[in-house]
Amino acid sequence: MRRFSWFNITSLTLGFAFLYIPMIILVIYSFNGGRLVTVWAGFSTKWYGELLSNEDFLNAAWVTIRVALATATLATILGTLAAYVMIRGGRFFGRTLFSGMVVAPLVMPDVILGLSLLLLFKVMFSSAGMMTVILAHTTFTMCYVSVVVSSRLVSFDKSLEEAALDLGATPFDAFKSVTLPNIAPAVVSGWLLAFTLSLDDLVIASFTTGPGATTLPIKIFSAVRLGVSPEINALSTIMIGIVTIGVISFSLINKRQVAQRLRDEKTAEASA
Amino acid sequence: MNLRRLLLIGVPYAWLLVFFLVPFVIVIKISLSDIALAIPPYTPTLELSEGWQGIKGFFAQLDIDNFTFLTTDPLYVKAYWSSLQIAFISTALTLLVAYPMAYGMARAPEEWRATLMMLVILPFWTSFLIRVYSWMGILGKEGFLNAALLWLGLIDEPLTILNTNTAVYIGIVYTYLPFMILPIYATLEKLDDSLLEAAEDLGCTRTSAFWRVTLPLSRPGVVAGCFLVFIPALGEFVIPSLLGGSDTLMIGKVLYEEFFSNRDWPVASAVAVVLLLILVIPIILFQRNQQKQLEADQ
Amino acid sequence: MAQSPRNSFSHAATAFAPWNDPNAQPLIQFKNVTKRFGDFVAIDNLTIDIYEREFFALLGPSGCGKTTLMRMLAGFENPSEGQILLGGKDIVPVPPNKRPVNMMFQSYALFPHLSVWDNIAFGLKRSDMPKDQIGDRVAEMLRLTRLDKFAKRKPHQISGGQRQRVALARSLAKAPKLLLLDEPLGALDKKLRNETQFELMDIQEKTGTTFVIVTHDQEEAMTVASRVAVMDHGKMIQVDTPAGIYENPSSVYVADFIGDVNIIEGKAAKVASGTLELHYAEGAEPIKATTDATVTEGQSISFAIRPEKIAVSTEPMADRANHARGKIIDIAYLGNVSTYHVRLPSGQMMSAQMTNSRRLARRDFTWEDEVWLSWTDTAGVILTE
Repeated sequence: MRRFSWFNITSLTLGFAFLYIPMIILVIYSFNGGRLVTVWAGFSTKWYGELLSNEDFLNAAWVTIRVALATATLATILGTLAAYVMIRGGRFFGRTLFSGMVVAPLVMPDVILGLSLLLLFKVMFSSAGMMTVILAHTTFTMCYVSVVVSSRLVSFDKSLEEAALDLGATPFDAFKSVTLPNIAPAVVSGWLLAFTLSLDDLVIASFTTGPGATTLPIKIFSAVRLGVSPEINALSTIMIGIVTIGVISFSLINKRQVAQRLRDEKTAEASA
Repeated sequence: MNLRRLLLIGVPYAWLLVFFLVPFVIVIKISLSDIALAIPPYTPTLELSEGWQGIKGFFAQLDIDNFTFLTTDPLYVKAYWSSLQIAFISTALTLLVAYPMAYGMARAPEEWRATLMMLVILPFWTSFLIRVYSWMGILGKEGFLNAALLWLGLIDEPLTILNTNTAVYIGIVYTYLPFMILPIYATLEKLDDSLLEAAEDLGCTRTSAFWRVTLPLSRPGVVAGCFLVFIPALGEFVIPSLLGGSDTLMIGKVLYEEFFSNRDWPVASAVAVVLLLILVIPIILFQRNQQKQLEADQ
Repeated sequence: MAQSPRNSFSHAATAFAPWNDPNAQPLIQFKNVTKRFGDFVAIDNLTIDIYEREFFALLGPSGCGKTTLMRMLAGFENPSEGQILLGGKDIVPVPPNKRPVNMMFQSYALFPHLSVWDNIAFGLKRSDMPKDQIGDRVAEMLRLTRLDKFAKRKPHQISGGQRQRVALARSLAKAPKLLLLDEPLGALDKKLRNETQFELMDIQEKTGTTFVIVTHDQEEAMTVASRVAVMDHGKMIQVDTPAGIYENPSSVYVADFIGDVNIIEGKAAKVASGTLELHYAEGAEPIKATTDATVTEGQSISFAIRPEKIAVSTEPMADRANHARGKIIDIAYLGNVSTYHVRLPSGQMMSAQMTNSRRLARRDFTWEDEVWLSWTDTAGVILTE
């Protein structure tokens, strides 16, 4: 049985304090009644009220959510296809180019991706808007989906697919009824990742957006450029809250499933 | 090849060609063009209607003026150089913070690890912009850090941290910390305890066992983590614009301003092309490292 | 589990030997099949017939091509050259999902998201079997493999041995003409493996299906198979009944691969019809042996003899044709038997195995003792390759 050593406790405590204190301060001061950053002027939810009555923010949030939903769905389909092609596709013409293009956007600076996509859209479309942002976001998030899904596919026993074929399933049927149910957790993670990345992105959206399609990060960025703003603190708190609840419940469900599985396996071996 | 297979490969392939590769070709092309007072604001444009002559004329007009311009204007050289510097220093700082944390996580009791892991991943799911923003309230002249230091009596005058390179370092370390912790943790967690016991059995002290066994074996994770921080930090835009000062030169910010403020598309494209060329080497090294690790795992 | 312990001799007793019948129609025919992966030749111009109701074992070290051969039957690999016929029809262009062949995978490849019942029904749902009959068929397979109680469980909720039986039930459900088993018992521990071997044979007999099994475990191949094919480097070295392989190996490779064996190299002399002498060392008494092979005077040949066919005694046994004197170097006591390692004056090492019919304390020989080894002229085989 391992125990924490003093050194490890110290480094973990300091490290996590560094990671979490800024966000905790942000959350606490979103309930500050005053406008000044460090001066506590009593508990108040007035900034939440102002935020929720600010049409601009609400519109931007609605645009962002629609963009993120469309992006995540498109990126999940394309990214899963790309992962399948990479892992199970065998040899085909231009495979190296393909795998390069799947990985490259992961390490490409946002400014370059944004600039290059903007220049493409200027050639392709007469005006930019939500559609161009969705196309841009899909392109870079599908690569993240493909990484997540292919790491699951690599560890997925290929003989399961062969067994399905052997038992009379067509290749498509085998994918649908054997592969997909088994890589589903990775596909769901991929969707969530694409959704979050799209929700978060500032740089690519600023390049590729057009009139009437201002996303929330663009809005936040222009608001905080000038300094700390209590409305943004309130908005941040809401976003942090949603993410925290999401991640914690996701990992609790996951933990419970793993524990159940371990119990099942133990009883199965014991009863044999 | 049957139709289904063609479709399966073709759809993602075509998407990436159109939305990833073609845009780069366009960027390279525009970086070789000249700025013009027109829409689009550069010349020449490819006129396919003029046939072969048009294509020939188009290529004849391309030149490397923009790239020569980048070398003559000290702003760009300085920006590239200081981006490299900032990225390098922040990567080193991130490693210093991340390694003890990853080590502590890997040596933590089994039942704690999932929770610690979740605590590292949680910020990653939280908005990047908000995480950078959260430091604005801390590092400012009237921010929490100065307030705390003054209250403790450690300083008499508030320090200027926000809008300096120091703030940029803090921002990069803060936002990219999970990218460094996770790969290091992955290699340390795989490390077999009996290796350390063997080292001690063969006469190492605890400390020398760490330097001679643990550290060398965690190298792939350290290398991967460094690349994962260094590469995106080099082209970072949000952190220098929110936390950096007017004298913080980072190439991502320069590119953004060249494009939006000066509307100089050809120079912005040339800046992008050079940034990409600078990034090619670390990206290739990173891929190699990943490949090696993958082979070692098999 | 009360199976009648059936061994290779009972095959001989029931005279199931279609391979000796010139009129029998083979179920599977490989005709000059070659399979290359790049430069690597996995299967090298191989021709073999496998008959209906056979339990055919492919035996060989890893990388010998046995798995490739099986995957070609299942349809996951196509031969580079040659033909594969099933019931007289070329099946090379038929995709795996259209072949009347099913496979039991080494990893079992049970679908983790489906229950035992759904795993077994998977193939049936994709066949032309009417929906209302699927339930009956699954129930029948569950009974056959004694899994009735586990129908609703998921694969991770049952033990390794039960998983193995689910895999078997699933691959048998569609009543394939041919069942392929890829190291079916590899993941089980030794005791369970022995029990399951008999169970497999029993099920094979009950269903009348042709089984082709891939294994690297010679004991397993000998136990279950009607015929064993010993493979190496993409070729079939010998195809014979288990007894034939053991008693009459065709080459030093086969003799060495199956069981323990003493190999003595020498020159042939006094070659007569069916008998010869083997000179293997200066001054040593030549070995008298019988053979069907055509051997010329002075040819280099090998003599292979199993340890259990050599007797150890203080005096040469008069009723045996061959004797050799030597010194005991080592004794391996295995409980029921002991193996004696004896060095002959020529330096040749010989293993001899004796049943320990007496208690250890009363054993006759010990280390460094001078003993006589004796064996009959028919105890070993002459190998020319």
